[in-house]
Amino acid sequence: MKINFIKTIEEKGVEALSLIFAVAIWQLAADRIVQNKLLLPSFYDVVISFFVIVKNGLLYTDTLTSLLHFSIGIAAAFILGIPLGIVMGWFKAANRALDPIIEILRPIPPLAWIPFAIVWLGLTHRAAGFVVFAGMIFPIIINTYTGLKNVPRVYVEAAKVLGCTRNIDLIRFVAIPSAMPSIAAGIRIAMGVGWMCLVAAEMFGVSNSGLGYQIWHNYYLHRMDFVLVYMLLLGFIGLLIDRFFRNYVDSKLLRWSSGTVV
Amino acid sequence: MGRVSVKNVSRIFSKKEDGSGTEALHNISFDVQDGEFICLLGPSGCGKTTLLRITAGLETLTSGEITLNGVPITGPDPKRGMVFQQYSLFPWRTVIDNITFGLEMQGIKKSEARKQVEKYVELVGLRQFKNSYPHELSGGMQQRAAIARALANEPEVLLMDEPFGALDAQTRNVLQDELLRIWEQKHVTFLFVTHSVDEAVVLSDRIVVMTSRPGRIKEIVTVDLPRPRSRTSQEVNRLRDHVLKLLEEERFSK
Repeated sequence: MKINFIKTIEEKGVEALSLIFAVAIWQLAADRIVQNKLLLPSFYDVVISFFVIVKNGLLYTDTLTSLLHFSIGIAAAFILGIPLGIVMGWFKAANRALDPIIEILRPIPPLAWIPFAIVWLGLTHRAAGFVVFAGMIFPIIINTYTGLKNVPRVYVEAAKVLGCTRNIDLIRFVAIPSAMPSIAAGIRIAMGVGWMCLVAAEMFGVSNSGLGYQIWHNYYLHRMDFVLVYMLLLGFIGLLIDRFFRNYVDSKLLRWSSGTVV
Repeated sequence: MGRVSVKNVSRIFSKKEDGSGTEALHNISFDVQDGEFICLLGPSGCGKTTLLRITAGLETLTSGEITLNGVPITGPDPKRGMVFQQYSLFPWRTVIDNITFGLEMQGIKKSEARKQVEKYVELVGLRQFKNSYPHELSGGMQQRAAIARALANEPEVLLMDEPFGALDAQTRNVLQDELLRIWEQKHVTFLFVTHSVDEAVVLSDRIVVMTSRPGRIKEIVTVDLPRPRSRTSQEVNRLRDHVLKLLEEERFSK
């Protein structure tokens, strides 16, 4: 136990020191130089605020609300985006039919969909989820499409001579596994975009709870220490989701391509 | 049984833009007996790979016909196994799962398929590596696995498109010997494309020597030598000399 501890310090010592140093500078700058809680809350203030929201339970409800919005968006983007990308990547006619539509819709910034999200779905969780979806769908489609497009011909031919000749089987047994690194990369990009859209959607009043909503709400109340808590929370949860996803993909889906970066 | 019959096969690749065409194969005919080992040899670009791909059903022909046991070939079929020049193992499947692929496509359960292919894993000497992923194997081992994968379907004909082309000379020799051992055990008809005269002379019963484009049959050389063949014996050398001369003529006739 003790040896492990020492080993951890040895291995991660520089990283930890660097973090501690950054926090110390922040604390000093806020406490001694700026001396204004509105302009820059100190590390200590932020910790106190954090315990306040832990205690009154807001932390959990807002985190869960945000995760709910995110899940709605990601589920919708998966259900629509992956099949679309697959069909477009495999069948030329489908690509020709769908590509113009996608290329016109794609450059529209996802946040521009907020008014319609509210008009169509009201101030609901689904409306926030829709904005997340609008941000996630295109990276997923494009990467799935690219992955399917780039399946090496020799794998398809090898499968054919082994008796796998129907399109549905070729897609299932050859194209999708071969495209998996590209699909996973698309999902990862999409999750980053989706996380940003989530905050914006909640800020713009699509929802009246959630981490993004709390940032805006506390800004109105001039409680910048709380604003900072929620900002940091968004960062940490985003990081966790990304790490979790990457570990899952590397260990389960892409074990065969160890060495390549997702 | 694997009797292949190539009858008056021609193949013209036409360009879409100007309607002009390149003739890759011109009126090729020959018969392959059941269990025979045939090498297709010729200068690069002579259409030998095209002929093999037509036999596999991956390419179409312009005129003529190729039949397997009297039945015309129209598309890919597990009865005709193929080993490619490029590494073609599915990188997302382990060696054993690559080998079971064909059986799985026939609807056999994975656990059952694994049992069935065990003997092919043995045959190519990859028992130790059966749970490895292709990127963990050397080039020679990958081609061994590809051969086992093709054999697992119990094909009547095995089509090989320069399978050892990307390997170093020593590995190549080892694999040639192993291939002959497999051929003797499994009694499968082999159609083997190569550009190496040495390889053709060591392996085949007959060598189909082709002309440069458009590919025609220049001569069918019978290699009537007992196996195992020494790579340097007098008869082998004489044969090699003869085939090399045939190829040389092609180079200068252009």
